[in-house]
Amino acid sequence: MPEPGGRATASPLMGGSAEPTLRDLSSPGRQAWSFPPLDVPDGDIEIPELAPGPPALPEVAERDLVAHYTRLAHRNFAVDLGAYPLGSCTMKYNPKVCDWAAEHPAFRNLHPSQPAHTTQGALEVLMEAEEILCRLTGMARATFQPPAGAAGELTGLLIMCAYHRSRGRKPGTILIPDSAHGTNPASVTLAGYSVAQLPSDERGMVDLDALRTAVDDDVAGLMLTNPNTLGLFEEDIVEMARIVHEVDGLVYYDGANLNAILGVARPGDMGFDIVHSNLHKTFATPHGGGGPGAGPVAVVDRLVEFLPGPLPVRDGDRLRWEMPASTIGRVHGNHGNFLVVLRALAYMRALGGPGLRRVAERSVLNARYLESLVSEAYEIPYPAPCMHEFVASAAALKRQTGVRAMDVAKALLDRGIHAPTVYFPLVVEEALMVEPTETESLETVEAIAEALLAIAGEAAVDPEHVQRAPHNTPVSRPDDALAARQPVLTWDMERGGGR
Amino acid sequence: MDFTPHTDADVHAMLTRLGLAEPNDLFAHLPAEVRVSGDLGLPEPLSELELMRHIDDLGARNTPGLICFAGGGIYDHYLPPVVRALTLRPEFVTSYTPYQAEVSQGVLQALFEYQSMIAAITGLPVANASLYDGASAGLEAVNLAVGHTGRKGVWISRGLHPHTREIITTFARARELQIVEHPMVGGRTAWAPDAGPEPAAVVFSQPNHLGVIEDYDAAVTLAHGAGALAIAEVDPMLLGVIRSPGAAGCDIAFAEGQPLGNPMSFGGPVLGLFTTTMELLRRLPGRLVGQTFDREGRPAYTLTLRTREQDIRREKASSNICTNQTLNAIAAAVHLAWLGPNGLVEVGRQSMQKARYLAHRVTEIRGVKLAVEAPFGREFPLLLPLDPDDAVAAMADRGFLAGVPLSGDYPELPGGLLVAVTEKRTRHQLDSYAEALEKVVSDA
Repeated sequence: MPEPGGRATASPLMGGSAEPTLRDLSSPGRQAWSFPPLDVPDGDIEIPELAPGPPALPEVAERDLVAHYTRLAHRNFAVDLGAYPLGSCTMKYNPKVCDWAAEHPAFRNLHPSQPAHTTQGALEVLMEAEEILCRLTGMARATFQPPAGAAGELTGLLIMCAYHRSRGRKPGTILIPDSAHGTNPASVTLAGYSVAQLPSDERGMVDLDALRTAVDDDVAGLMLTNPNTLGLFEEDIVEMARIVHEVDGLVYYDGANLNAILGVARPGDMGFDIVHSNLHKTFATPHGGGGPGAGPVAVVDRLVEFLPGPLPVRDGDRLRWEMPASTIGRVHGNHGNFLVVLRALAYMRALGGPGLRRVAERSVLNARYLESLVSEAYEIPYPAPCMHEFVASAAALKRQTGVRAMDVAKALLDRGIHAPTVYFPLVVEEALMVEPTETESLETVEAIAEALLAIAGEAAVDPEHVQRAPHNTPVSRPDDALAARQPVLTWDMERGGGR
Repeated sequence: MDFTPHTDADVHAMLTRLGLAEPNDLFAHLPAEVRVSGDLGLPEPLSELELMRHIDDLGARNTPGLICFAGGGIYDHYLPPVVRALTLRPEFVTSYTPYQAEVSQGVLQALFEYQSMIAAITGLPVANASLYDGASAGLEAVNLAVGHTGRKGVWISRGLHPHTREIITTFARARELQIVEHPMVGGRTAWAPDAGPEPAAVVFSQPNHLGVIEDYDAAVTLAHGAGALAIAEVDPMLLGVIRSPGAAGCDIAFAEGQPLGNPMSFGGPVLGLFTTTMELLRRLPGRLVGQTFDREGRPAYTLTLRTREQDIRREKASSNICTNQTLNAIAAAVHLAWLGPNGLVEVGRQSMQKARYLAHRVTEIRGVKLAVEAPFGREFPLLLPLDPDDAVAAMADRGFLAGVPLSGDYPELPGGLLVAVTEKRTRHQLDSYAEALEKVVSDA
């Protein structure tokens, strides 16, 4: 049955037959490659450490390759196929003109070690993107070296560490709310700090009294997502920053949810000192099945000297590279995920100031509208007005029918809609974290709501059917326990003892 | 431009249901002091055509058409069109990390095959699903070794890529690790067995940053004798010609994976390859795809051994990595499958033969010689009778990206220029390079 116009819900068209591996497709002597004949003198290569023979790679024709990867692509859901309301991941539409920019031959063939006078356009890309990012976040300067959000977190923490060392201090603890992303505590450990967790209060926000109690001279800083992972704006943020600053701590903004406040509110005005943003969320660069992303880090004036380098600086009408005075050093082998930055710049310039603000308005509008529809069948444990995403709970559904959040997520897949994030944040039982994004239409948002309500209805009538979902995807639920117990991580590994 | 599909009527209807009058009301609960009131000075919106013209204009400010002899991890190899055509399928480009395995079999299987092929070329049994780049993969290797051994010493060859050494040093400062750098003599690492403190890892590059082929056994024997992990950075395009780190007994191998399937991209996005032994599997950073079965007994792929990862283990995770470089890994897999066993040998062999030819040609120039006389791979260090930055600038005027100056990272090599050659360079280009360099040297 055709869907009404404007609905981005793919009834699953995905390939149902298992695809052999490239090794299964391999046949000795088959070949896809060709190179011109060697046009310099040949002969034995006389080196120590010669390989005894060619590596064991598959041998396939180009036609095999094309069929194989095209069939694999058919077994994969994507934003370009349908709605992807995966909370915290900002799976918005990725404009094709930005793809065009990233494939531009004037940029994609640049070598990172080229002298600056031959890469003025690339340096200008970094400067333009930095200026817009700093205006949006209220920061002074930014580095694009961190290739992902977690790398941005580590960079920010190393900057904190350098800042305190420069002041002869060595505080050892970073405060993190209990609703934080897992990357936050993992980055803190990696940077050599210890984690102290802050509880949420009954509003779903950081408990201000708990913060006051936790802050002492050992506290180096506070890491915070705002809006937080419940989709709620931390209303006490200015006071929180003041409390942390009183002990010379720094306040770190995890930009996972920056989409909600673009052009509406700025981390710098809230008291944050260090801000990372996820270009692969807020600025529409595609996630690529898990990456590449980009996690630029922007800082206030007094921290600029610690930024990783080199940074581009203007010198008359030219740009050149310069190391910040007290730099923490490099955090990427080159200049970060440059082509991702170029995509993001294309997006920022396309939208301009009004368009960027519209992103925040419509992402919040879609989320709040969807929340109001979904709340007919699912609890909203923290009822404050949501921003760009909301967290519903399937706890009541589970008590009544035995159907859990995971089952609801899987049943959505059957309806051509990607699952929300489930079981996160940890502070909500049976959490369903839903982020429709601003690029989904009213019709699509309503289709998501209808699907969620229909699943709740089905759970009441035939819970087993929901618990066995998905039913019409390329595979049903995989046996994760077997995968972990007897890992088969390459096609050379045999599974001991069979199933 | 505007990528939101809402009509004014849609917005009105949605606000009405929410009991709001205008979009601003969505933010009424934010404290007034943090709400933007003035103009942020952001640029005006552009139409698609205006945007494309702007990007074209920026691109035109880069010097076009330089013939590339720069390397140091990022190389100008031939990239077959089929790699881009398949990698840029929107199902791969616009999907998230494959947490929902049932609708992510394409990305999962592509990564499983990537892991299989990276394990095959490095000779180690387990590869993860990619890290950010070669340098951060080196950092993750050191972090793994520190966690595994409980030691804080890290022995590093001076032949390791300077940027990798710098990243490890940045990190070591925060973690209070003790880095001991082992010097190079005659172009190879001269390991000092009693360098103290007790090492968690012995880290080197094969070939090293000067392009010279290192003695695997010297490093591996030293590492294992000291109770440390032997960690090698490798050049993936030479693994058809040079012995694999697994065959040489290394515990971890990592690499800058750009030459596999990815354009140079000004250095990013690229990818880090990371492989290790079964013994260290539970400490592996990053994502892993495993093969299993679904409820109907059909083969299925899934993210596995997830208890190592940050979203489950939080502060006790083996790494903080979340987003990786999946799309770049898919590109690497397509390219490796296009090459197959004999293509990988051919690309390494041609690159090395052409490097030998060019080294021979340029060392005929008066005043130009090799910085070290030792067997190299596809890259070699020249000593020039002029400042290598000046030489690179003068060569750029003649249409060549002449190489990467070494004198900044290796003050002991004033006049040092690292020259890289790939199979893509023609004999005519090699001859023209030598002629241009001769002019530049004689003009100096």
